[in-house]
Amino acid sequence: MELTRRDAAAALAAVGATGGVALGVRRAGDGSASGADGAVGDGESGEELPDDGAVREAMAAIATTVYPEAVSGVDAFVDGFLDGRLDGSAHGEGIRAAVAELESTARSWYDAPVAELSVADRDELLRGLGADTAEENPHGTTAERVRYYVVNELLLALYASPTGGELVGIENPQGYAGGAESYARGPP
Amino acid sequence: MSGAESVGDGRSDAGGGSRGDGVDRTPVPDADVCVVGAGPAGALVADRLAGEHEVVVLDAGPRFDPDERLARQERAIRPFYDRPDVWGVGGDRDAHENAGERAYPLNHARVKGVGGSTLHWQGMVMRLHEDDFNSGTVRGVGPDWPIDYDDLRPYYAEAERELGVAGGSGVDNPYAPPREEPHPMSAFEPSYSDSLFAEACESLGIDIHSVPNARNSEPYDGRSPCVGYGTCQPVCPSGAKYDATVHVERAEEQGATVIDRANVGTLEHDDEDRVTAAVYATPDGEEHRQEADAFVVAAGGVETPRLFLLSASERYPDGLANGSGHVGEFFMDHLFTGAGGTLDEPTRQNHVGFYTSACDQFYDEADESRAPFKLEFFNYAGPSPVEMALSGEDWGDPLLERLCDGYGNHVAMGGLVEQAPQADSRVTLAEDHTDDHGNPVPRIEWSVDDRALDTIERTNEIQVEILEELGADVEWVAGPDATGPAYHHMGTTRMSDDPDRGVVDADCRAHDLENCWIASSSVFPTSGAMNPTLTIAALALRVADDVDARLAGT
Ligand SMILES: Cc1cc2nc3c(=O)[nH]c(=O)nc-3n(C[C@H](O)[C@H](O)[C@H](O)COP(=O)(O)OP(=O)(O)OC[C@H]3O[C@@H](n4cnc5c(N)ncnc54)[C@H](O)[C@@H]3O)c2cc1C
Ligand code: SF4
Repeated sequence: MELTRRDAAAALAAVGATGGVALGVRRAGDGSASGADGAVGDGESGEELPDDGAVREAMAAIATTVYPEAVSGVDAFVDGFLDGRLDGSAHGEGIRAAVAELESTARSWYDAPVAELSVADRDELLRGLGADTAEENPHGTTAERVRYYVVNELLLALYASPTGGELVGIENPQGYAGGAESYARGPP
Repeated sequence: MSGAESVGDGRSDAGGGSRGDGVDRTPVPDADVCVVGAGPAGALVADRLAGEHEVVVLDAGPRFDPDERLARQERAIRPFYDRPDVWGVGGDRDAHENAGERAYPLNHARVKGVGGSTLHWQGMVMRLHEDDFNSGTVRGVGPDWPIDYDDLRPYYAEAERELGVAGGSGVDNPYAPPREEPHPMSAFEPSYSDSLFAEACESLGIDIHSVPNARNSEPYDGRSPCVGYGTCQPVCPSGAKYDATVHVERAEEQGATVIDRANVGTLEHDDEDRVTAAVYATPDGEEHRQEADAFVVAAGGVETPRLFLLSASERYPDGLANGSGHVGEFFMDHLFTGAGGTLDEPTRQNHVGFYTSACDQFYDEADESRAPFKLEFFNYAGPSPVEMALSGEDWGDPLLERLCDGYGNHVAMGGLVEQAPQADSRVTLAEDHTDDHGNPVPRIEWSVDDRALDTIERTNEIQVEILEELGADVEWVAGPDATGPAYHHMGTTRMSDDPDRGVVDADCRAHDLENCWIASSSVFPTSGAMNPTLTIAALALRVADDVDARLAGT
């Protein structure tokens, strides 16, 4: 099933963000700090934080692992969703920090960035970090934060969208303002 | 700003930015009326009086930013957040003790802030039945109310207009009490699963009918119709579900002052049984005195008795308005009863977060041994796929398989049962446990009578019979052991004509005080089995009329 811009917009609406609007505030002022390798310094620990492009790439790559095979259009969907999430909010920065940890683990385990790993290696990376058994927690361990900001972030986007819902048989899933008619209709 | 972490909680112990937010929280000079609490009761009183009088409303909790509702919805869906986290309930501000037979989950059962618990509520709004006002005489249980259905009837109609109720106008529900005019909006269509239930009920001779919802089935009062977010409880992002910010805003437009994060710790009085001031604390650590000619306490069914107990003085050593000794006693809730299972066909659940059909047929069969009860047919039985997806050890195809297995065939019924008033089910002050302002926290001793427990068994029988007729595999039954409260706090400042038997009189004015009213389900002498808020709203409008008349007379 094809994920569309409409799905991304619906998923964003479900979490209170609007794509596009966010562009103006996206890490304004940090542009000049962008390194050639797609990373920006966070100024404190000296560790490198990925810029928006790198976050998008890694998230889209993880999405192909955590989404079912039946969905297509994942890159554009994730990109559209992140338009509204990487908005300079604490949440957006949480995503960036979690992706940074994923990236540094990927480099030390596989000597490659997340986007270049095979689907099986990405799966192994997430499980190796413990993101499968961890409960999401925005302030928790690496595993718990990766679960919150990466895995569940992507699953929330998918299953609160009409196409994600339809995969399960609910075209108006919780979080999606799909109208007050579908509940009264019988099965298709 | 998006993200469930981006919302403020506004609790004074929440740290970060809680102090000095630049809001003026000083008292209003020359106030006529001071209302404590900005839930539906306080908001309706304030709105009704604000046109003619100088009104100030003090609420212990914050003003929530309407733009944060979707982030709160994200909190409702994500497993990291508990229900109380959605509206920032908990911490030292909301500490309490449980000491009764049954634990009472108080912080799941209320919201503090402008709008009160209606921010979280489900929005089912029924009138009590005529017999509920005469339970002692008709059913032999508890006292009669000092007022009758007929006294409240015009106020019920007004309350339905104020809240915006979509309902069947009594046409399809022969068991509803008499009414003079239709509901302001037409009822929501029955759900697909209702149609399955209707068939099963028909063959059993059980009636099924629409339910009144404080939720827009069409645009109403400048608010959106329901758009199907499906998270009504605990948050409606569209505003289609009524909440009391509607009347708070309206009161402010008419000139009322609403002060948030203003916890009233005590009410002060003079030597002539008049309340003189509400003493409140603000986040900057200051204490203020709001003086007024009339006071309306609308702090919910637990904090209202607590405030009167905290206001004990030399003149009133057992607490203000407590000459009867009944402040805090007779704490009641409605008891949840339910059963559910699965069918071998799709049931289309969790599209919306409210229900559309019910059965009041058995309600008025109540007597000494059988409590009144009503039955509900769920539209949100079983898991919501998006919530399921966020916990589990799988992703990709195995997760999708788990979701497809888990979602789709659930059905469930619920219901509410009345509990009888008992003096030892009560709210008192904790002995050595204080809140963020140093005030003793509420101590809840909640117990449930045998009539209620027996009635739950009876409701379970009917529920299981219906489910079996439907062909369901019954997987759970919430019976007497598994029952829990419906989050309706009633009885703790009961209404009576007799000052020895009640805290307030038939006008909801404290027997012991000249100028202090209570607008809350805490005045209910008995509770019936209908959700309380329409009755709270009707009583609040009536209180406002009485305050207005007395202010005019002085
Ligand atoms: C999950 C849930 C579902 C519900 N569903 C339904 C339903 O379907 N139908 C129904 O009829 N009812 C329902 N209710 C109950 C309904 O929400 C309450 O009956 C209603 O909100 C009570 O209104 P109130 O104004 O008396 O009190 P509240 O709404 O609780 O408001 C009281 C206000 O007083 C403030 N306050 C408390 N103490 C102080 C103090 N010392 N100083 C200053 N301010 C103070 C609080 O901050 C709060 O804002 C539900 C409740 C919950 C929690
Ligand atoms: S289903 Fe309707 S009432 Fe409930 S949250 Fe959604 S819009 Fe609000």
